[in-house]
Amino acid sequence: MKRLLLLISLLLCVGRASAALDPVVMQGLASDDFDGKQAAVAALAAAGDDADAQRLLKALSEDAVAVAGGRLVIVAGEQLLDPASGAPIKPAPASPESISLNNSLRQQVDGALAAVRLLSTDRGERLTAARALLADMGEGAALLPLFDKALAREQDGEIKPFLVQLAAQAALGSPDVARRLQAVRDLAGSGSPAVKALLLPLLDPANEPEEKLRLEAGTAIKAIDARLAWSDTAGQIFTGISLGSILLLAALGLAITYGVMGVINMAHGELLMVGAYSAYTMQALFRAKFPEFVDYYLLAAVPVAFFVAAAVGMLMERTVIRHLYGRPLETLLATWGLSLVLIQAARLLFGAQNVEVANPVWMSGGVQLAENLSLPWNRLIIVAFSGFVLLLVWLMMNKTRLGMFVRAVTQNRPMAGCVGVPTARIDTLAFGIGSGIAGLGGVALSQIANVGPDMGQGYIVDSFMVVVLGGVGQLAGAVWAALGLGVVTKFLEGWAGAVIAKILVLVFIIIFIQKRPQGLFALKGRFVD
Amino acid sequence: MRTPLTVKLFAGLGPRGWLAVAAIAFTAWVLVPMAHLMLPEGHPLHVSTYAITLIGKILCYAVVAVAMDLIWGFGGILSLGHGLFFALGGYSFGMYLMRQIGREGSYQSDLPDFMVFLDWKELPWYWTGSDHFLWALFLAIAVPGVVAWIFGYFAFRSRIKGVYFSIITQAMTYAAMLFFFRNETGFGGNNGFTDFKRILGYSITAPETRLVLFGLSVALLLAVIILGKVLIASKFGKVLTAIRDSENRVMFIGYNPVHYKLFIWTLSAMLCGLAGALYVPQVGIINPSEMSVANSIEIAIWVAVGGRGTLIGPVLGAGIVNLSKTWFTTSFPEYWLFFLGLLFILVTLYLPQGVVGLWAKIKARRAEKAAIAASRADPAPRAPVSESKIPNGTAAKGA
Repeated sequence: MKRLLLLISLLLCVGRASAALDPVVMQGLASDDFDGKQAAVAALAAAGDDADAQRLLKALSEDAVAVAGGRLVIVAGEQLLDPASGAPIKPAPASPESISLNNSLRQQVDGALAAVRLLSTDRGERLTAARALLADMGEGAALLPLFDKALAREQDGEIKPFLVQLAAQAALGSPDVARRLQAVRDLAGSGSPAVKALLLPLLDPANEPEEKLRLEAGTAIKAIDARLAWSDTAGQIFTGISLGSILLLAALGLAITYGVMGVINMAHGELLMVGAYSAYTMQALFRAKFPEFVDYYLLAAVPVAFFVAAAVGMLMERTVIRHLYGRPLETLLATWGLSLVLIQAARLLFGAQNVEVANPVWMSGGVQLAENLSLPWNRLIIVAFSGFVLLLVWLMMNKTRLGMFVRAVTQNRPMAGCVGVPTARIDTLAFGIGSGIAGLGGVALSQIANVGPDMGQGYIVDSFMVVVLGGVGQLAGAVWAALGLGVVTKFLEGWAGAVIAKILVLVFIIIFIQKRPQGLFALKGRFVD
Repeated sequence: MRTPLTVKLFAGLGPRGWLAVAAIAFTAWVLVPMAHLMLPEGHPLHVSTYAITLIGKILCYAVVAVAMDLIWGFGGILSLGHGLFFALGGYSFGMYLMRQIGREGSYQSDLPDFMVFLDWKELPWYWTGSDHFLWALFLAIAVPGVVAWIFGYFAFRSRIKGVYFSIITQAMTYAAMLFFFRNETGFGGNNGFTDFKRILGYSITAPETRLVLFGLSVALLLAVIILGKVLIASKFGKVLTAIRDSENRVMFIGYNPVHYKLFIWTLSAMLCGLAGALYVPQVGIINPSEMSVANSIEIAIWVAVGGRGTLIGPVLGAGIVNLSKTWFTTSFPEYWLFFLGLLFILVTLYLPQGVVGLWAKIKARRAEKAAIAASRADPAPRAPVSESKIPNGTAAKGA
């Protein structure tokens, strides 16, 4: 008798439910075995554009589906809703028992929900849904009808390729050979390692009986590999340029001071540190005083870092370096002493631990160029920033009187002095400018590296290498050397690891100096003591 | 006519010098062991194990400082890579000490502990023969020597000098440090070598072993100083100082500076290696931080503090700086870097000839005053007063 009643009620349900939801299949959700549930979820996914199916999927993902009195219900607070119509059931059956989903089912439900959003009328929502699905989609075969539907509907040129790929991925599991073949061909256009992983099993006859398809999969994988290799290379070049731009910022200042005075400032790395701590201080100041502008602390940090580092540099020049003129090796030792004092001062002022300098919001995220190639904004901005600094230095050196004096002293100090260039003042100013540029480099560095008292120690050798490679007093040389060193280092790192790369670069520079002791771009001149 | 070597040796130091050498050797080999072994602890003249280890360590540093002075003070080449040679010597000898541990490591294996940890099954090829004392000693001299020779050959041949050379040696040291930090290099990675048990079968912590190592350090230092004296007094030494003062002019006269520089550079590196080999058993540990950039520059400041271009200066400098380091790092650890930094600055600014130069200056001033006083007392024709005399005639020219 009870069974008869159930049957009748089921029949009644059929009458009310839309055609998309087959109540018998839906009843599978209530069953104990996961195959039944699987079939039900697949059916739901296939009918994803139906409002009732969406409601049930949503309920499933929220664990709100239950079995009460032998029938499937959606629990909504106190009320129990009928899954097919969404109407409250009266009288409510007693003791609803929520049904359990395993992980793979849950994933399917979530995938179906995301796939449903592909049919949304809002373009942004469709785009995010397509991206999210591409980023992590499991099997996906059940969603194929939905993808097909979405693909048929989609007009937007940006979203369509995603959908093609989604549909193709899902179609790989299709029983139809022609469909699979088409899917493999579609996927050949992709550049994602995940797609490659999907295609790889198809090479095995055990997984793919059709030989034609296996061959096609082989060509598709080759095409994907080529694309991956290209974007890998592009990525390495970009990180290389990014490293090079940091090296350039570090080396530009050193090139000026070394060019003008012929002394190596071993505390140059510590001037980077001063710049980075200026950024940190500005960040703290903005957080405390102007919390609403905290995202723009970096803009204020740039001039502050320049002037603080320049002041420290000029002080160093006035108090120590000037008195060691003509004794370059002793200058090296004295400036090393200065660097120790600066490091210890930073430790006492800011603590020995690294401090946290946050990326402003407008510098986080990145530009996605390909599946495996994303250019982070902070690095892009740093590359642009170093280009800007380079331009300023070029203008200063070539278009101003000060720059002319600096070049004159670099080329021939006694002659410059004879024609009235105030060499002592030029020394101080050049040292200040070089130090200020190091401070700017420190601000850039604070956005991508740790900020701590001894952060500068590693940079002196690298930046000096840039100066050596580029030749003294040559902006163009420094630029080529910095970018070249950056790119070469990154390529070697990819190939042999960071340490071996460092050693190889060093060996390369030593060999290079054998051939061209004056650097890439040498000033012409005849000097001998 | 050639002077016989023995005569040269004797003339190198002079009778007073040899007397001093004999006195130091007697103290190190007889008095200190007696004070350590025979006097009870708490006796005012008792020399503690700590003191012996500390002085032994500083003596090794002093050898490095003299080696550094040979190349910098006399050759005019500032090396920022001597920490590397020192550490290479230490590592070479450390290999032997590691093998001497035998099966007493925590894993009871024939292999050193860190190799067991890395799951290596046999010794890498470069550890071949490391269980022989003499081979290890040979390596401790030869490895730094070969590295220095190859590096120096390329650097000097292309006439890299001045700050260029300094920075490149620093880069070399830095790269080597990174290389030794890797576990796969096969030298214990971060931790390096430690936990030594014995040397030539004797326990490494026994007071007698320590005393022998201490005595050897003194002997090495004396030998290096005598060698330095002889070298500097020889024609080779004259050419070397001439290269320091004006390399181009020496070249125009017809000498090839490359050979001279390469010889003193390689010799200096080998001496450093030997010092490293003596240092490791006394200190009981060697790890890649010995190769850090800062360590190598510190060697230069020992020489600068003591006085470049003299052989006794570096010994004094190594002693002064390291004793104050010991004192500072135990009493005011946070101010040690300030002190060291200021030392770098003030010594280069105000004491270009170091402590020895200061002493010479004071002596010269006294002599001047005495001469003035004498001339006042006796208004006879004044004897010309020599300007500040600097030992060994090494002028301040060229840093």
